[in-house]
Amino acid sequence: MSDSSANKNNSPSKGMTIHLKIWRQARGAAQGKFVDYTVKDIQKEMSFLEMLDILNEDLVRKGEEAIEFDSDCREGICGTCGLVVSGVAHGRHAGTTTCEIRMRHYEDGDTITVEPFRAGPFPIIKDLVVDREAFDRIQRKGGFVSTNVGSAPDGNAILVPKEAADNAMDAATCIGCGACVAACPNASASLFVSAKISQFAWLPQGDPERSRRALAMIGQMDEEGFGDCSNHGECEAVCPKQISIQNIAKMRREFIRAALRG
Amino acid sequence: MTGNRVLDARIPAGPLADKWDRHEMDNPLVAPGGNRRKFTVIVVGTGLAGGGAAATLGELGYNVLNFCIQDTPRRAHSVAAQGGINAAKNYQNDGDSVQRLFYDTIKGGDYRSREANVYRLAQLSTGIIDQSVAMGVPFAREYGGALSNRTFGGVQVSRTFYARGQTGQQLLLGVYSALVRQIDAGTVKMFPRHEMLDLVVVDGRARGIIARELITGEIKRFAADAVVLATGGYSPVFYLSTNAVNCNATAIWRAHRRGALFSNPCYTQIHPTAVPQMGDYQSKLTLMSESLRNDGRVWVPMNPADKRRPDQIPEAERDYYLERRYPAFGNLVPRDIAARAAKVECDKGKSAYYSPQSVYLDFADAIKRLGRNVVADRYGNLFDMYKEIIGDNPYEVPMMIYPAPHYTMGGLWVDYNLQGTIDGLFVAGEANFSDHGANRLGASALMQGLADGYFVVPRVVASYLAGAKVSTVKADHDAFKSVENESRQHLQKLLAIKGKRTVRDIHWDLGRTMWDKVGMSRNRDGLLEAISTIGKLRESFWHDLALTGTDTDLNKQLEQANRLCDYLELGELMARDSLMREESCGGHFRDEHQTPEGEAKRDDANFAFVSAWEYTGPGKEPVMHKEPLVFENVELKTRSYK
Ligand SMILES: Cc1cc2nc3c(=O)[nH]c(=O)nc-3n(C[C@H](O)[C@H](O)[C@H](O)COP(=O)(O)OP(=O)(O)OC[C@H]3O[C@@H](n4cnc5c(N)ncnc54)[C@H](O)[C@@H]3O)c2cc1C
Ligand code: FES
Repeated sequence: MSDSSANKNNSPSKGMTIHLKIWRQARGAAQGKFVDYTVKDIQKEMSFLEMLDILNEDLVRKGEEAIEFDSDCREGICGTCGLVVSGVAHGRHAGTTTCEIRMRHYEDGDTITVEPFRAGPFPIIKDLVVDREAFDRIQRKGGFVSTNVGSAPDGNAILVPKEAADNAMDAATCIGCGACVAACPNASASLFVSAKISQFAWLPQGDPERSRRALAMIGQMDEEGFGDCSNHGECEAVCPKQISIQNIAKMRREFIRAALRG
Repeated sequence: MTGNRVLDARIPAGPLADKWDRHEMDNPLVAPGGNRRKFTVIVVGTGLAGGGAAATLGELGYNVLNFCIQDTPRRAHSVAAQGGINAAKNYQNDGDSVQRLFYDTIKGGDYRSREANVYRLAQLSTGIIDQSVAMGVPFAREYGGALSNRTFGGVQVSRTFYARGQTGQQLLLGVYSALVRQIDAGTVKMFPRHEMLDLVVVDGRARGIIARELITGEIKRFAADAVVLATGGYSPVFYLSTNAVNCNATAIWRAHRRGALFSNPCYTQIHPTAVPQMGDYQSKLTLMSESLRNDGRVWVPMNPADKRRPDQIPEAERDYYLERRYPAFGNLVPRDIAARAAKVECDKGKSAYYSPQSVYLDFADAIKRLGRNVVADRYGNLFDMYKEIIGDNPYEVPMMIYPAPHYTMGGLWVDYNLQGTIDGLFVAGEANFSDHGANRLGASALMQGLADGYFVVPRVVASYLAGAKVSTVKADHDAFKSVENESRQHLQKLLAIKGKRTVRDIHWDLGRTMWDKVGMSRNRDGLLEAISTIGKLRESFWHDLALTGTDTDLNKQLEQANRLCDYLELGELMARDSLMREESCGGHFRDEHQTPEGEAKRDDANFAFVSAWEYTGPGKEPVMHKEPLVFENVELKTRSYK
């Protein structure tokens, strides 16, 4: 049984003091800068974003502007949140999003830097909020099966081997947060795009449009200015859903297959 | 106050099973091609309901404007649904049918929903699975390649389809893929990071919306021939809930203020299995899917004084209270029953070691029976999530859970065609009140979202457009100008208060009042107190609210303040509706109305109706109208899961 929950029964854990260096950038400004803040009485069970909420309340009470950051579900599934925490996209804890980080991973007196995801195709909007619409534009080019509502056969008409369904699901768990891009030295979107391409490639329903999809999505990825993949593997390391880099290999095969078929 | 309007749901004539088909035949259509392109439809929301409707209307050739708050439609809150989606496929050959799904849903809703809508929902359920499979949704499958099912609460068949613990995500990504295809084709124009602030009504018809672009703060007008609201639920009126932090009632509440009647706000679903509250700094509660009750056993120590760790409490000193009280359904009783039962035990002082508001959900037997790997395959991601939050490992230490606000059965009143009391205003998904009565069964919200989105909205909106002879109204109409001004002034008024209380501070207080007095059990005194407390909080809001920044910039504190303003009115209506309903049914439990065993006591003679509240002005008492519920196909019974 962990210490943190043991605390609850006896006495509440004593609050920590945490020092934060947070990126602030006005909307439309070309540059931003780190600003130092100190937050007190941080509980181990708090989430990282709840700590930022508390800081924002302090700022507003003092008449200062709150720090803008994106979040929604706060349970690791919507992909809205995304911060670079002490140099690592979504923090150093593997397999979690920023909103899932708990303060129990920190000690009293720690200093944490907080930055937005940085990549050319993800322009900063304000403070920690970035524009990730490039992902939507890629998906528009082929991340779908061209079927209209009303035309579907019975769900069990086409059997799908469990293994194929599981593989498709492994790829489909991508939440589109963009951490892979932020972590990549080349700002490549290969992990994101390959997860989409693989999901459909594993399923018979995706088969008819396989070639067109791979060419169109990869084409758009290049157009958006994302870099090439040179197998650093940083993307897989930070991916909160632990999407495998093997998808990128599969995407390459899909691309070659499509190119050969013309 | 009770008004005298009796609402007509415009239910088509004929036998229950034929209503929808006949209705489709009787309704006018718009011919494909240029005729459809002439019509513009606004769809607010990109969840299963809104996204499904926008994509399908686009496929049909209408000109669609689609809005959401998030930076991309794929993040609508439907993404968070974990457990699954129901459909009457009877793939398991265990006796399921449309009739049974219909019956389970009516009974699960404690006989407070509309027969015709629920029957249509059950009929459409099967097509949803077919459609989703065709779109490439990777549902769980058996080794033979067929689709898998699991069992959910309140039913005795296995009809829930799922994609690990991420069914909502996968269904939403399916919707999103259809949507991006239409965006690329030019039929759907997408407006992400746009929040609807108000509805524009011209000559009694919904003709457009005012929306704020959240990045620049720009307030914009959008005109259309019909408006569909699919803006989801409003559980964050309790502040702490399982919903995403941006879920709100603003779109439906502003429509309510413009004349759309609001139904059954007293019916809220408190989900029995969420991670217990830990502190007052919290921003949300995390759901642990209902599917866990398939294999987990709920218990508390028999002795209230027993604060030992669960592993030190011998079998004979544990009370598996759901199995004891409800032997027929055991741990799989419906949500309202499981939630209240947990409260009853905790009120007696029996709880898990963690806090006085927590009970155990134990997987030891399941792990013994199935092995750790099978359990991990079924629930691994939930266990991981739990461990990250609480710190305990649920493979070794029983989980601790407690009920949390989760789903709002109430919403805008709609007729059979999902049309509200304003012509041309359609409401779909969790935002309407229509299908779940006083309690929603698990895995039925996703079903309703997609039934509305893929099948019902496209059909009923088309027949409205074909039949209504809608005149041309453009966004430069005076009505748009004046509503736009009101929206802007409202935000500027909020910024001008310059008080000392943060949005969160006031919202927290509202949430605590709602939870304590309008939560799992309610009584007259508590509800009166809630109404008075909420009134005071509204005053405090308008005097003490602290905001910084401007309305012409990205300003999330301002967004939240704007939403809280509506919650402070809606919360009061929820209390009033609860006070009016002198019976207990589903998620609405009045202490005054219970059986000697503590079960809900309905009063069918006096309360078999839908309440539909009319807004009469700020600070004025609302007026209630009624839609009588007529049951022609099921016999009203006392709900029993014993
Ligand atoms: C944690 C969790 C787990 C769940 N699990 C299940 C499950 O397993 N099975 C099941 O059947 N149900 C489940 N539910 C319920 C179900 O997910 C929801 O009821 C359903 O997805 C709602 O879909 P919707 O399309 O109506 O709304 P949502 O998906 O909430 O979408 C609302 C949309 O409206 C937009 N919007 C809201 N307000 C505005 C505004 N003012 N202006 C512009 N846009 C706006 C949002 O941006 C969003 O796009 C779960 C719910 C939660 C919270
Ligand atoms: S806020 Fe949804 S993933 Fe973090």
